[in-house]
Amino acid sequence: MSAVDPGPRRGGLHRRAGLAGWIFITPMLVILGVFLVVPVVMALWVSVSDWNGQGNPFAGGASFVGSTNYAELLTGGGLPQRDFATSLRNNGYYVLFVVPIQTALSLFLAVMVNRRVLRGRGFFRTAFYFPSVTSSVAITVLFLFLFTASGAVNRVLAVVSIDGPNWVNDPRGVLHIVLGALGVDEAPAALQAAPFLGLSWWQWLAGPSVAMCVFIIMAVFTTSGTFMLLFLAALQNVTGEVMEAAEVDGASGWQRFWHVTLPMLRPTVFTVLTLGLIGTWQLFDQIYVTGNAGGPGKTTLTPAFLSYSTSFNNQQWGRGAAIAFLLFAIIIVLTAVQRWTLRERGVPRRRRFWRGVTP
Amino acid sequence: MSRSARRGSAVGIALAAGALALAACGGGSGFDEGTGEDTGGDEATGGAELDVLIGSSGDAETQAVTAALEAWSTETGNTATLQAAADLPQELSQGFAAGSPPDLFYLSTDSFPAYAANGSLAPYAAGLPNADDFYVTLRDSFSFDGELVCAPKDFSTLALIINTDAWEAAGLTDDDVPTTWDELAAVAQTLTTDAQVGLSFGPEWQRIGSFMAQAGGGLVDADGQPIANSAENVEALTYVQGLLSSGSAAYPADIGAGWGGEALGTGAAAMVIEGNWVIGAMTNDFPDIPYRVVELPAGPAGPGTLQFTNCWGVPAGGDSEAALSLVEYLTSGEQQMVFAEAFGVMPSVESVAGDWAAQFPEQEPFIAGAEYAQGVPPIEGIVDVLADFNAQLESLASGDPTAILDSVQANLEAIAGTS
Repeated sequence: MSAVDPGPRRGGLHRRAGLAGWIFITPMLVILGVFLVVPVVMALWVSVSDWNGQGNPFAGGASFVGSTNYAELLTGGGLPQRDFATSLRNNGYYVLFVVPIQTALSLFLAVMVNRRVLRGRGFFRTAFYFPSVTSSVAITVLFLFLFTASGAVNRVLAVVSIDGPNWVNDPRGVLHIVLGALGVDEAPAALQAAPFLGLSWWQWLAGPSVAMCVFIIMAVFTTSGTFMLLFLAALQNVTGEVMEAAEVDGASGWQRFWHVTLPMLRPTVFTVLTLGLIGTWQLFDQIYVTGNAGGPGKTTLTPAFLSYSTSFNNQQWGRGAAIAFLLFAIIIVLTAVQRWTLRERGVPRRRRFWRGVTP
Repeated sequence: MSRSARRGSAVGIALAAGALALAACGGGSGFDEGTGEDTGGDEATGGAELDVLIGSSGDAETQAVTAALEAWSTETGNTATLQAAADLPQELSQGFAAGSPPDLFYLSTDSFPAYAANGSLAPYAAGLPNADDFYVTLRDSFSFDGELVCAPKDFSTLALIINTDAWEAAGLTDDDVPTTWDELAAVAQTLTTDAQVGLSFGPEWQRIGSFMAQAGGGLVDADGQPIANSAENVEALTYVQGLLSSGSAAYPADIGAGWGGEALGTGAAAMVIEGNWVIGAMTNDFPDIPYRVVELPAGPAGPGTLQFTNCWGVPAGGDSEAALSLVEYLTSGEQQMVFAEAFGVMPSVESVAGDWAAQFPEQEPFIAGAEYAQGVPPIEGIVDVLADFNAQLESLASGDPTAILDSVQANLEAIAGTS
């Protein structure tokens, strides 16, 4: 009997411990539910409804309109669709430039400040990390001062006889500027068609505007420090023995970095890329603080800002929520693609370094 | 009563209070059904509490409105509390979404059509005793489906502001004040030097639209039909493009200024097209710059300018006696003159136009513009159309006026069809 008894008793203990566990996490679950799950469900409902912004959308003030809001953005052919496409283009270029640059730069900085021979490592670590702890609003205002037509940046450029652009007020796309320098001032006939989301190929290929470049520089400047810290933590886990072994094998410094350090940093690279991707697609603060509502020429309009202005300024709550969910879908898809791209290839499963992290 | 029973009833009360709070949260629809009449009885004897939300231009305005609300409260025995919003459209939206909009609020011509179209506003204004005293152009801006919805609180128009030092330095006299487009182009050219441009105005319909009005065009015709790509508008944009490409006119951003007033104040521009808010800015920020205000020159079709205004919005169902009495008080000629003195706006009622012009003779050109000003067409979705138009106007110098106006026309037709 005594051999059989412990079973049910242990189960009872388990159940009681489980109950206690549930009670302990209940406050967190309630908070998450109230402030996360309910709002998300509510926003999802608003995105398929005609809610007019008055009262509770669940209380009968809104009716179901199916995919109308989404259709308006994706196939509507009107101004909402073009605005959405423009915001995707702007933010797409922003991501395309910011994510690789900030990842490479933060890795470079981390490797630099990780060197044992570097004097004043603490100072450099603090200095590089400093922009990350400053509020994005303060940094945006600072950058706006630096990049005015007669600001510090243009004065410096003037010293080397470069006539700087009117940065934050210049709506020209950098690719258009390059093409213009090559003599292509207007859209060639082949690029005038607008088959995708109502924006012509010429517009899609504008590149980030000069104004957007300021935000790109700013993002790289502010976030590199944060990611440097992540890389630094990972680098400290790369033990000296591994490096020594590589050295004994005759690997050069570059080979050691490329074939030993970097593969060992793979999980951190994945984290940094994912965080970067999510953060950059949600560009909002800087645009809001700048205060010209996505200008100049709508070239700093982003989906997050468009969602806000569509809802709050234009009372089109359904469309604003639909933009938010499309942005959500884009982020999910891109993260999945990135995860798939970064998977370890050509290594038998049992010999993989970081089995728990990559698929 | 035992201790536990007492605790039980306390829980019951808490639950009931919670349920009431929830009911209040979801009570947006109940609000619509006219609780206004119920509370109306109380207000006859005073004691109503009104929340007033404004987007203030600064301390002067906040203080003036606060004083007016206090005076009204004392007079009627009600209580009106002022809240100055940091971001009015956002706070207003939050109020409506929460089911507890302010009882009285500033509403811009941009936001008006959207709120009117979704039934958020009480169309109270036609019933005001002074409804016929508001300028016709202002009433048009706040009419929806042919009905005057809310009362214009005051307004501004655009005029030409001239730096008189620069004017005299260029050897110009009173006789040279431009009255036609050709003269404007000529004096702008004369005033342009290495350090200053002759004329500056923001890259937006809210300034350049005045040229469209002078050419006889505009965004919509008298019946509200879109006419954005009319020949008159093309002529106007072509003229503006000429000014910009000749170098005698420039957008403020291109001469290191945030807006026209700053361009005038820093001396980067000798003339700017701005509204009467420029007066306060010059007094506060650039007191040493001497300037004068003249009417905008007439175009091929005569004089033309734009007007900007806000109205006193009242939420649907909130048109109680107290709220209406407060609007009446705030829009009375007498009170509007007080506001005019305090923060430089123009009264929205014609009956005190003479008083205003007598008191501020140097600003007379602003109020003269009220006769022929065009406002923002009250069509739902107009904000986006104007934003898109403005985005294209930023590159007008190198753009194609016809193509720009064609796209505006297409956008206007899209929203005019649905409203």
